[in-house]
This record gives sequence, C-alpha cells and structure tokens, in this order.
Amino acid sequence: MDIALKTARIALVGNPNSGKTALFNALTGAHQKVANYAGVTVERKEGVVRAAAGRSMSVLDLPGTYSLRARSPDEEVTRDAVLGRLAGETPPDVVVCVADATNLRLVLRLILELKAVGRPMVLALNMYDIAQRQGLRIDLDGLRAELGVPIVTTVATRRRGVDDLIAAIETQAEMAALSDSRWRSPDAAELRAAAREAERIMKAHVRPPERPDTLTGKIDAVLLHPVAGLAILLALLFVMFQAVFSWAAPLMDGIEGGIGWLGGLVAAVLPDGLLQSLIVDGIISGVGSVLVFLPQILILFLFIIALEDFGYMARAAFLMDKIMGGAGLHGRAFIPLLSSFACAIPGVMAARVIDSKRDRLTTILVAPLMTCSARIPVYTLIIAAFIPNETVWGFANLQGLVMFGLYAAGIVSALLVSLVIRKVFWRGAVEPFMMELPTYKVPDLKSVAFNLWLRAKIFLNRAGRIILPAVTILWVLATFPYPPENATLPAIDYSFAGMIGRALEPIFAPIGFNWQMVIALIPGMAAREVAVAALGTTYAIADAENATGLLASTLAAQWSLATALSFLAWYIFAPQCVATLGVVRRETNSLKWTWIMIGYMFGLAYLASFVTYHVARALGGG
Amino acid sequence: MTDIIKLSQARRGDRGVIVEVGGHTHHQANGVELERRLLELGFVEGARVELLHEGLFGRDPIAIRVDDMRVALRRHEAASLTMKRDLA
Ligand SMILES: Nc1nc2c(ncn2[C@@H]2O[C@H](COP(=O)(O)OP(=O)(O)OP(=O)(O)O)[C@@H](O)[C@H]2O)c(=O)[nH]1
Ligand SMILES: [Mg+2]
Repeated sequence: MDIALKTARIALVGNPNSGKTALFNALTGAHQKVANYAGVTVERKEGVVRAAAGRSMSVLDLPGTYSLRARSPDEEVTRDAVLGRLAGETPPDVVVCVADATNLRLVLRLILELKAVGRPMVLALNMYDIAQRQGLRIDLDGLRAELGVPIVTTVATRRRGVDDLIAAIETQAEMAALSDSRWRSPDAAELRAAAREAERIMKAHVRPPERPDTLTGKIDAVLLHPVAGLAILLALLFVMFQAVFSWAAPLMDGIEGGIGWLGGLVAAVLPDGLLQSLIVDGIISGVGSVLVFLPQILILFLFIIALEDFGYMARAAFLMDKIMGGAGLHGRAFIPLLSSFACAIPGVMAARVIDSKRDRLTTILVAPLMTCSARIPVYTLIIAAFIPNETVWGFANLQGLVMFGLYAAGIVSALLVSLVIRKVFWRGAVEPFMMELPTYKVPDLKSVAFNLWLRAKIFLNRAGRIILPAVTILWVLATFPYPPENATLPAIDYSFAGMIGRALEPIFAPIGFNWQMVIALIPGMAAREVAVAALGTTYAIADAENATGLLASTLAAQWSLATALSFLAWYIFAPQCVATLGVVRRETNSLKWTWIMIGYMFGLAYLASFVTYHVARALGGG
Repeated sequence: MTDIIKLSQARRGDRGVIVEVGGHTHHQANGVELERRLLELGFVEGARVELLHEGLFGRDPIAIRVDDMRVALRRHEAASLTMKRDLA
C-alpha cells in the first residue's frame, strides 16, 4: 500500500536508437528530440506520467548504451542513474528496458546485465510495427518465462502499447521484490559467456524474419558507394544551402512587406515622438529585421530533420570519417559537428558520446566554428545587400554559392584548428571509430512538421526574450542624451551609443568596421542574430526621416564591399554567443578552456577580417 | 591456402564467421578495452559477418554486417578481429 502511494520512479534504459525517447515522449507528453541515429540523447530528462486512478510516476529518459560499463560521459549518466550512484538518489523503482524488437541480440545481453542490478524490470519490445511488417516471430510467452520479466509490445511513435506498459510498470512497482545489486563490470570472458547465453535465448524464442528488410542494403549500395556516396553528400549540402536562399525568398519578401506595413501603420496612428520612435525604429525595425529570416531557418531545419529521421547522419559520418580522422578528430565527432549547423549548444552537448577526454575537448573547442543557424541572418543580410543575385555556370545562384562558401569556410577552419590542436598540444593514439548504421526509416510527415513548428516557436521565443530587450536597451542608448542645440551631425552621434561606438572605433578601424557596426557587436554578444537587429535599430534611428525599412538597401548604400566582406569574415569565427560559452564552461568544467576558446576565436576573427578587408581594398573593393 | 584472415584484410563482399576477438598488437590497456567494446557491439566468436562497404580513401572505414545489424568501423580496429572466410 505504502509503495503504491509513493510516486514510483522509473528509468528507460536500452541500446541506442531503440526508441527510448520516443517512448518517453509518448508516456509524458514531452517533446524531447527523437532521431534515427545512435547517441541522440546525451543527458537525463525527467517527466511525469499520470497512471490510472490519478497516481503519477516519474520517468527518466536516459542515453542509450550497450552496457552499464560506461566509457563516455553519456553512458556514465545512464550507469549512475541505474545504479543510483548520484548523491541523494536511490536506484529507480522499476527499470524499463526498451528494446528494438527487430534487433534483439545485443539488448538480450544488456538485460542479463540489468537483471544483476536487482531492480524490478519490464521489457518493452518497441518498434513492434516493423517487427510485424517483417514477419518476425517472437515467442513472447517463452521469452517472458526465460527472462523472468513482464514483456509489453509497443510502437512508441504511434503511442501503441503505452497503457499496457504503464499497467505492467505499476504491477512491478507493487509486487516485485527488490534485491541488492550484484552488478560489477564484466570482463571479456563474462561478456563472451553472456553473449553466448543471449544467442541461445535468441535461437530458442525468435524466428528470423520472413520478409527481412532489404531496402536498407539497396539504399546503402548507392549512398555508401565510395565515389557516388561522397558526390551525393556534397550535392546534398549544396542543394541545402541553395534552397535556404532561393526557396525562402518569396516568403521573406512577404514577411518584410508585412513588417514594413506594420511600421507604417504604427507611425500613422501614433503621434511623432519618443513612443513612436521606440516602437517603429526600436522594436519593429530591430526585431523585424531578424524575424524576416524565419523561413530560411525553417528550410535549413527541414533538411536537417528529414535527414536525421531518414537515417542519413550515420552514413554521412561514415563517408566523412577519413577526412575527420585526417584532421585528428575522433570518429564520433562528426555528429556533434553536424548538429552544430543547427546550433552549437546541442553540438557541444553531443560531444558527450566521445569517450576520450582530449578528443571530446577538441570537438567542443571547434564545434562553435560550424555555421550555426543564428549566423544565417547575418550572412543573408550582407549577401543580399552586396552580392548580385545572378546565375553562374548556368545553374547555381551566386548568392547561394557565397553562402555555401561561408559554410565551407566554417568546416575547413574547424578541421584546421583541430589539426593544430592535435599536432601542437597532444598527439595521442588514434581513437577507435565504431558506430551502428541504423536501418532507414521513412520520415513521418506529421512529426517533421511538428518539429519544424517547435523550431519556429524557439526562434520566435528568442526574438521576444533576447532580441526585444536588447534592441529596447539599444534604442535608449541611441536616443539619449539628446544632441545639443547647434548640432551638425545626426542626433545619434551625440547619444551614449554614439559615444561608445566612437570610443571603440579605433580598435575596429583596421578591419574596416564603422562605429555603427561596433555598437551592433556589443548586444550581438548575446546572440549572433541580435547584431542584425541592432544594426536595424541603429540605422533606423540614425536615418529616421527617410528610412526605407529595408536594412539591406541601407547597408548597400553605406558600407563599402570591403567592409561588408570583413564583417562576414568576422562572423565565421567570432564567439558571439554567451549561451554557447556558458555550455562550453559547463561541459568542459573548466574556465581555462572556455577562455582559450574565446581567445582563439576572437583572434582568428580579427585576423580573418583584417586580411579580408585589406585584400578586398587592394582589389578595388574599398 | 588458409582462409583465416584478419577482418581488416577483408574486401567488399567477403563473408564468414568471427573466430577470434582480441589477440592483437595494441597497447595492453587499450587492447583489453577494445576487445570488450567489440564484444558488446556483437563481434563475438561465432557471429556471422559480411563486409558491405568500403570508404574511398584507403578503403577505410568499412561497413560490416554482424548477424542482423550493421556497424561501421575503421580497419585499425578490425585488425583485432579474425574471421574464417566462406569458400566462394
Ligand atoms: N516504426 C517505428 N519507429 C520508431 C518507434 N519508436 C521509435 N522509432 C524511431 O526510431 C528512431 C529512434 O528513436 P529515439 O526515441 O530517438 O531512440 P532513443 O532510444 O532515444 O535513441 P538514443 O537517444 O540515441 O539512445 C527514431 O527515428 C524514431 O522515430 C516505433 O515503435 N516504430
Ligand atoms: Mg533518446
């Protein structure tokens, strides 16, 4: 009775990519990231399930693992949670082992290990839809008797079997006896014995599929082909960045028009004065100049989400492994780096899958060089203002090509920096690369759409939480104090922002930045896209009379090409994102390495901008 | 001619059975750990393997079918695995 009333704590454990997070989402209604590759979840996440009769259970989603013998930080999270090793924590009341029903051999060995922990267990045979489609025969009763644990079949992505699972968990929480943990790290001989036992159970209770999946092999024959595979990977990236440019254009025009219309409306309704200036020049120009980029960011995410769900990520890692290894990067560094295209924060977190400490640190140090989606507004703004929209070589859009070049610059510099770290600071043995290649899955349209919607919400949320306050403060700084009576320059030159900008201008003059850009860089430390908003606000206030509302055309008129290119070069390298720095600090647990990263990134940014600016001027772009 | 080879010497299309895991030339500590990792990934004596794909540069890394799953690894690690190749 007592136990039943207390909220039971359950933990989801299993091999990577078996559907633990999908099941967690189905149980708790959460929206944690689900994708078709091993190592998506790298930290523990807690949620609540409302069971029958109004009771609730707390559920823990954990990183996937092949054994409790943890080697990398993500596997340690799982081991510590299962064994209750964290301070003030006991082992979970029920361990739910989530298995991919189509791939049981390895998880059977894990179950034998989990049984030694002595907690009540439930086995969720997930992906049962695929098992049935393949005509896989699993003798559930036999398996249940053999393993001595209740078995529930589930289809996590369709929420099928969830109620049965909850019922089984509740029964186990009430009935099953606890015993002390007998678990200890198995040695090679014990692993062999356990594998033989798993093989025996497999033979006894699982008939091979009548219609095994042959599609994955056929697709791999093309996508992993030594030459065609690499060509397809390059083509995919190329199409992705072109699409970011060309598909988004009409939508962006629409949003831009809407924002211009809104600004005009407010300007017409409100009397001239401070309030009008705050709303039109400050907020609408500032936040609006970033909102315009929503379509581009969603298109990028559409590609990333679709490729992740399809199962392509592990293939891309396979194709790129030799190049990554040549740069001294760990084989598993690819997925953290690729995740950084979305945002460096999940990228830095994903480095937890790397077991070697040094390799993990190298990956973390270079991850912020990958072109994150917050750079898109900066890049696009400058490209739209300075690079002609024309077709080259008969098929490629020049603006898209420059974008592709900026992405390539990020990738190449990440590889070079890691090579330098490897050669200069430590030269250890090459770390192993071993990775499961998951079976391909057709991405589910509904879930892709839902994830896009989540991304849009995050983007809009950032606009409200970070950009809005930043531009409001900037508006205050750029408006006060008022210019003197006999002012000859624009009012903004006499404001605090003008003073700060002018004071710092000498530092940035050698790389061609004017003081408006310097001002934009300061709030731009909060997040990269804030710089765009800040430029929007600054130029709107500076030129309130004939503001067209189109930041790109203002910039095209005011900046030289050399300055614009220098600004782009700056943004390839500069660590303009406090949130990333915070996560690096937490994940490396070292202030020293965080400062080293800040130092080298600003150093490279300044150097790259300096070279770009002077070369561009020498070539006549001044 | 014996058809016992290191998995690292296998070529695309080769298939057979793993006969030995470990017994390699790595550093002692690394070797012990690598052996356990390989065992946990399903590379145990008796497992059926087939080399499915090779990378472009130096035919590295390789994609292997181990029983009913697919695994990518570098030839460097595959040197710790010995297989008995099926006769064609
Ligand atoms: N068809 C089908 N697909 C599923 C099912 N459950 C999960 N998936 C898919 O399997 C893949 C892996 O799911 P995740 O929930 O991310 O797996 P995970 O166990 O959390 O993986 P890690 O966090 O990497 O350990 C995703 O592509 C899911 O959409 C299922 O029951 N049926
Ligand atoms: Mg997960």
